[in-house]
Amino acid sequence: MSAAGSTYYDRKGLMGTLGRDGLLQIILIANTVLMLAPIVIMVFSAFKTTPQIFASPFGLPDITQIGNFVKIWTQTNFLRYLLNSFVVTGASMVLILTLGTMAAYAIGRYAFTGANFILMFFLAGLTLPLKLAIIPLFMLMRDLSILNNQLSLIFVYTAMGLPTTVFIMTGFIRTLPNELEDAARMDGASEARIMWSIMLPLVRPAMVIAGIQNVVPIWNDFFFPLVFIQNDDLKTLPQGLTTFMGEYTTDWGVLFSGLTLSAAPIILIYILLSRQFIAGMTSGAVK
Amino acid sequence: MPKLRMTGRGLWITALIVPPLCFVALFIVYPIVSAFAYAFFDWQGLKRLDFVGLENFHTVLFVEPYRSWTLNAFKNNIIVFFALMVLQNGLGFILAYALWRELPGARFHRIAVFLPVVLSTIIVAYLFKLFYHPLFGVVNITLKGIGLGGLAQPWLGQSGTALWSIIAAQAWHMVGFPTLVFLAGMQRIPSEILDAVRMETESEWVKITKIVWPLVAPSATIVFTLLFVGAFNWFELPYIMGGLDGSPFGSTDVLGLYFYRTAFGNVSAGQQDFGLGSALAVLIFLFIAVIATVITMRLRAREIQI
Repeated sequence: MSAAGSTYYDRKGLMGTLGRDGLLQIILIANTVLMLAPIVIMVFSAFKTTPQIFASPFGLPDITQIGNFVKIWTQTNFLRYLLNSFVVTGASMVLILTLGTMAAYAIGRYAFTGANFILMFFLAGLTLPLKLAIIPLFMLMRDLSILNNQLSLIFVYTAMGLPTTVFIMTGFIRTLPNELEDAARMDGASEARIMWSIMLPLVRPAMVIAGIQNVVPIWNDFFFPLVFIQNDDLKTLPQGLTTFMGEYTTDWGVLFSGLTLSAAPIILIYILLSRQFIAGMTSGAVK
Repeated sequence: MPKLRMTGRGLWITALIVPPLCFVALFIVYPIVSAFAYAFFDWQGLKRLDFVGLENFHTVLFVEPYRSWTLNAFKNNIIVFFALMVLQNGLGFILAYALWRELPGARFHRIAVFLPVVLSTIIVAYLFKLFYHPLFGVVNITLKGIGLGGLAQPWLGQSGTALWSIIAAQAWHMVGFPTLVFLAGMQRIPSEILDAVRMETESEWVKITKIVWPLVAPSATIVFTLLFVGAFNWFELPYIMGGLDGSPFGSTDVLGLYFYRTAFGNVSAGQQDFGLGSALAVLIFLFIAVIATVITMRLRAREIQI
C-alpha cells in the first residue's frame, strides 16, 4: 500500500513549505483533539459521581473512584450482555470463516462450470441493505422458531459476512502457487488433505483480514437484536445498552461507566492492532 | 482423468460450496426477494391476508398522512446525505491530504482519526445524547465557558437543530473511514506523476484539483456510493438520539426510521403494518439501487486509470 511514492514534499508551494505544512499540521492536531475529546470525557466521567460530572465535566477523574463500575457489575445485567455478545460474535465468526473459506477455496482453486456464476451470487449480497429485508427475515426466523434465540443473529451475521469473506479470500486464494498442491496430488494426497494441510496455512493472512472486516460490524450491531431478541437475558451489548441507559437516566456517572465498559474491549484491541484493524476494515474499499 | 475421480472431485466441490451457498440463499436472497412479494399483500399484524396489488405503494406515496410522512423522511434523508457528503467525505479528503504528507505525528493522527469508527453506533449515540443535554451536556457548558453562552440551546429538543446535531455525531463517528480510503488512494499515485506536476506548477490548488482529485477518483466512487447507501439506510443514531417518532415534530425522521416504525412500530399495540412497511422497503431499496448504480457509472466514467 505504501509504495515508493507514498510521501511527496512540494517545497516550492505558493504558501511556502512552512506555511502550508503548518496549516495541515494544525488541521491534524485540531482533528485529533476533536476525535479523542469525547472518548476522554467519557472515560473520565466514568470515574466520577453524578454531582462531580455536573460540577466539573472536564476535570480529572479520581481513578480509585470505581463505585459506578461496582454498581454496573453487581446490579445490572451488563456482564450477561457482554457474554452474549461474545457468544454471538464468536459463533458467527467461526461460521463465517469456515464457510467463507470453503466457498472461496472451491471457487478459487478448482475450475468448474458455474464457478463464476456462484461467485457472482455471493457478491450480489455485497452492498444490498439487508436491513430493508427485515420483515421477511423476521417472518423467516419465526417460521424457523428461532426468534428470541441467538441462532437467529448468528445465522444472519454469517450470511451477511459471507459475501465480503468470499470476495477477499477468493482473490487471495487465486494468487497462491500450484506447485505444492500438484506435488501433493502426485503423492496421492486427497483433495481434503491438500486443502487442510497444505493450502489452509497459506490462507491465514486473508482470514485475518476477512475476520477483522466482519468482527467489528457484528460486535457493534444493534439492528438485528432489536428486532429478533426480546428476552433481556439474551440481549447483546449494544442492545442491552439501551435497557441499561433507560434504567439509569439520572445517574450520569453510571451511564458514562456503562458506555466506557462497552467501548473498552474494542478500543483496547484497536489500539493494540490498529494497523490490522485499519487494513481489515478498509480492505473492501481500497481494492 | 478417470471418470470416477471426476465424480469424486465434483462431490468434494459441491460439499464445499453448498453449505455457504445455502446461508446466503436463505438469509439474504430469499428475504430480499420476498420483501418485494410482501408489499403486494394486505397484512394484519403477522397474518397475511389478501393480495392487494399496488395499493400499499399507493398508500405510502399518495394517501395522507403517509404521504407527508414519506415526503418528510425523504426530505430529511436528502439533507443528511448532502450534509454528510460535505462534513464526512469533504473533511475526510482534507484530512487524508494532510495525513498523506506524513508530517510529524502522522501515524498517531491516523490512529486517532479511525478510533471512533470502531465504536458501536449505540455508544456514539448515547455519548452524544449526554453531550447535547441542555443543562449538563458538555456542548453547552463549553459554549458558556468560552463566552458563547448565548448559543447554548436544547440541541436535540428543537426541530431546527435536532437533525443537524445528529448529523454532527455521525460525522464524528465515521469521518475516519473516507479519510483512510482517500489516503490509500493518494498513496497509490506514482511519484513520477507528482514529480512531473511539481515541474509544471507551483500551485497547491492546481495540484489538488487537477492531479490528486482525478487520481483518487476510484476511492471517491467507493466512499460516495457507501455514503449514499448508508445515508438512506440511516437508523441507529436517529433512533437513539431523536426517538422512534422522529422527534421533535418529525424533524429527525429519516426513511430507515420511518420504515422500521411502519413495520414494527408498536408491536404490543398491534400497530405494525407489514404491507405498508414492505412497500416502503421496496421503494427505498429501488431508489438506493438505481441511484447507487448511476453514481457508480457516472463516477467511473470520470476515473483516470493509473
